[in-house]
Formats: sequence, structure tokens, C-alpha cells
Amino acid sequence: MRGIALSAMLALIPALARAEEQETRLKQAPGMDMVEAQCGACHSLSYIVMNSPFLGPAQWDAEVAKMIKAFGAPIDPADAKTIADYLKQKYGG
Amino acid sequence: MITRRGLLEAAAGAVAIGGSDALAAPAGSVALQEDTRPWLSPLLPEGTRAEAAFETLTGKKPLIRLTDRPPNYEAPLNYLRTAITPNDEFFVRYHLAGIPQVDASTWKLSLSGEFANGDVAIGLDALRSLPAFEVTAVCQCAGNRRGLFQPHVPGVQWGDGAMGCARWKGARLKDVLDLAGLKKNVVEVVFDGADGPILDKTPDFLKSLPLWKAIEETTLVAYEMNGEALPHWNGFPARIVVPGWTATYWMKHVTTITAVTKPFDGFWMKSAYRIPLGKFPLVARFLSQETDANTPITEIVVNSLITSPVDGTRIKAGQRTMVSGIAWDGGYGINRVEISADCGQSWTEAALGEDLGKYAFRSWSHEFIPTRGKLSFASRATNRIGQTQTIELVQNPAGYHNNVIRTVMLDVV
Repeated sequence: MRGIALSAMLALIPALARAEEQETRLKQAPGMDMVEAQCGACHSLSYIVMNSPFLGPAQWDAEVAKMIKAFGAPIDPADAKTIADYLKQKYGG
Repeated sequence: MITRRGLLEAAAGAVAIGGSDALAAPAGSVALQEDTRPWLSPLLPEGTRAEAAFETLTGKKPLIRLTDRPPNYEAPLNYLRTAITPNDEFFVRYHLAGIPQVDASTWKLSLSGEFANGDVAIGLDALRSLPAFEVTAVCQCAGNRRGLFQPHVPGVQWGDGAMGCARWKGARLKDVLDLAGLKKNVVEVVFDGADGPILDKTPDFLKSLPLWKAIEETTLVAYEMNGEALPHWNGFPARIVVPGWTATYWMKHVTTITAVTKPFDGFWMKSAYRIPLGKFPLVARFLSQETDANTPITEIVVNSLITSPVDGTRIKAGQRTMVSGIAWDGGYGINRVEISADCGQSWTEAALGEDLGKYAFRSWSHEFIPTRGKLSFASRATNRIGQTQTIELVQNPAGYHNNVIRTVMLDVV
């Protein structure tokens, strides 16, 4: 369903938050901050680790392109290249 | 402005206890090692094996967390040892991370689109006042066992536990649709649930069913699961139940049903959940969505799972031992389950457990007396229309329909 204001949604979720988020730690390398900010805006970073290390360079390019084209991620081409390069280097197969 | 911190809190909001804390046992406990890390198939990707861990969502027992935003949690093998899966052991799968807690008192199910009587909206009481039906059925994610594909394909890397079987009670979808009166030229009905995307540009999760399936007598708008209200994580207060078909159609937190006269072309129908044509023995087809190359995934393929003993277990020679598990299919019913201890050269029929209906898990067991050494067990289910499991994986890009015959290795000492 669309049109749920995020603030309203947050209010509806019980306040049982864990003390610390258990967000995945990605491997340190240039581009990591951008991956955390851009990819992590919509989904947990565990999607990246979970899908490793078997995706080749073309497949990582395809995944990044899918997030932009199919899922509407607002990532410009230069940032997309930084993200894809990081994923290929640290999580490629 | 949507901040990442805010989103993380939203996603984490309903998680009571995280990771291994949930299962902390006294130091020195023998169970500690086994319990704090789930058994994960060695076939899963290395990254999945490193990342997956037990975590306890509110109202659930510990499940294997693959991702927490959106929440994707599967059942460990030991939750699948019974033909009915308890609600607090049932897997959780979402596509999008915006998941509201739905208030049953204000929840409405809206019927819109090509209805003779115009738009109609009903609340939970009105839904419950319709004739109630109950069906025991397997709810299995289309991508269950994707993680076991060789070579691996991208997606949520599920092992065996993205499935469960429950008694679903609700109104027939047909009776709900009749409240607004379907027009004669309707070809599909489209479901929307209360969950939604984080970004406006992300396609909302909408799914359609062909009319013939929507009005089948077992297709329900369910409000009870195993005699209780649906858990939040499994679609409270109402979800679509499509016995025999993969869970992608079982819309959770359903809020809108739209009748359409043309095939629905949303992303989750047109581009996702598709299988190549001609590779699988489909009976139930979704013709209005079929292209020359592919077709929507529909019914569940016949399959089985050895739930005990777990792969790699050490057992004693000379003692009566039971190998047991479950079998299921797309609603034709399980005809037999066979066991092979010689890599498929010969097969012995296992004893079938209680028949809970053709859409349900069928439990099975086989007793034997092992002799010392390495022992392998494979299980193979066959349904009442003669379909059986494959020997080799049927490759397909999205990793669906993995019903390869699997082998469990035991160490007899």
C-alpha cells in the first residue's frame, strides 16, 4: 500500500527497539560509505553479504542497475559505478 | 526527509531480542554450540552461512534471520518435524521494508475496479460474518531452497525453511468478490497489502490471480491460522490463502482487491516470479500472464525433506533408528515417499503419516538398523498424478522450484 506517511508508520510499530542495531559490517574499502548510505536506505546490508561471494562483475553491475531501474533507487551514474566497483572488489565471486 | 537511522529503527522496532542473546545458555551447556548457531546447509553461499543467525521476532520463537529489513526469516529444520507448523515457528517473508502494524478495529478490505455494484469496503466483522471455511495448506515461498542452487543465483538465499503448513480459516474469496458482483469480463483480481516500499519509485508489492483460481472454493481471505488470529508477521488481520500455489500470491495484510479486465502489468507480475516455459511439469497455468518465453510461477512442485536425523549426525550401529520427514506438492496429494540408502539405486517405501488433506504436509518415517560406517539417505516423493522429484536441478534465473532429490549423510559408529 502506498501513501502511508513514514512517521505514521513508525508510530504504529511497537517501541521494542533493540538497544543497538545489528547492522551488517561491510568490508572496509573505498566506496563502503556510499554503499552503506545508498543501498542501506532501503534494505539491510545483509543482502550484500548473503549474495556473496558468487556474483561476478557483470552480475553485480546488473544488480546495481536493477536497484536503479526497477526499484527506483536515486543513484547517479558516477555513484553507481563506485558502488558496483566496491561490490565487485569486496564481494565478487 | 527519510533518514537511514529512522528506517533502521523502524525495521528493528518489532524485534525483541537480537542474535545469539535470545538463546544464551549457561556456560558449559552442551546445547550451547548447537543452539546458538542454526544448522545451515553446506550448499548455501559462504556469505549466507557467515551472516545467517537465530533471531527472535516479537511473538515468534527464534528463526533463522537472513535479512532484517525487510524481514526474511526461515524456520530451522527442527520446526518442520510436524505436519502442522505452529504459528510462532512459521517463517516470515517480506519484499518491502515499510510494514505497519495493522489495527483490526479500523482495518478495511476494499473491493474496487470492475465490480457491478461499484466499490465496496468491509471490516473484519463483516468478513467474519461470511460463511467460514477451513483448509490445511502448505505456504511455501517460491524461492525456498534458492540458496541451494548450484551455481548460485541472486536473491534471498533461502535454505529449506521458507515454508510451513497451517490450518487456515476464513471466508472464500469468491464470497467476498460476490459482495461487489464481478463483471463478466474480469480476467484477474489484483491484491494489495498494507506493507509498502520505502521510496515512492519502488514498485509496491501487488499480485494478481487468474479469475478461475481466485474463485476456486479453497481460495480464502483468511483471518485465522491454526485456530488463532494471524500473527502480525504472517499477515494480520487477513491474508489471501491460495492452497497449492506458491506463497507469492498469499498477500498479507490484504487491504485492496481490484478486479481488472486486462492482465495486470505491475512489476511483481510482469518481471518477477517468472519461470521459463516448458521446463517444469505445470498443470495449473496462468495464461493471461504468459509470454512466449516465460510464465508466472503457480503451483508448488512435489517435494520432500528429511527432517531427522540432520545431515552429519552420528548414530549408533545396531539400534533401531528412524529417518523421518515431510512431503508435499501443489495439491494433488502425496502418493508415496521412498527412501534410498544406496544413492538412488534401490528405493524402499516409507510409512506415510496422517493425511491432513491434499494441500498439507504429509509426514513419513522409515525405521532401520544401521551398520557401522558412512550411511546416506535420500528421500523421493511422488504425487497422485505421478509427478516426482528431479535428479538434477532444473536451472532457472530466479532460483525457483528446487525439488532435487537430496541426501543426508550419517556417521554410524
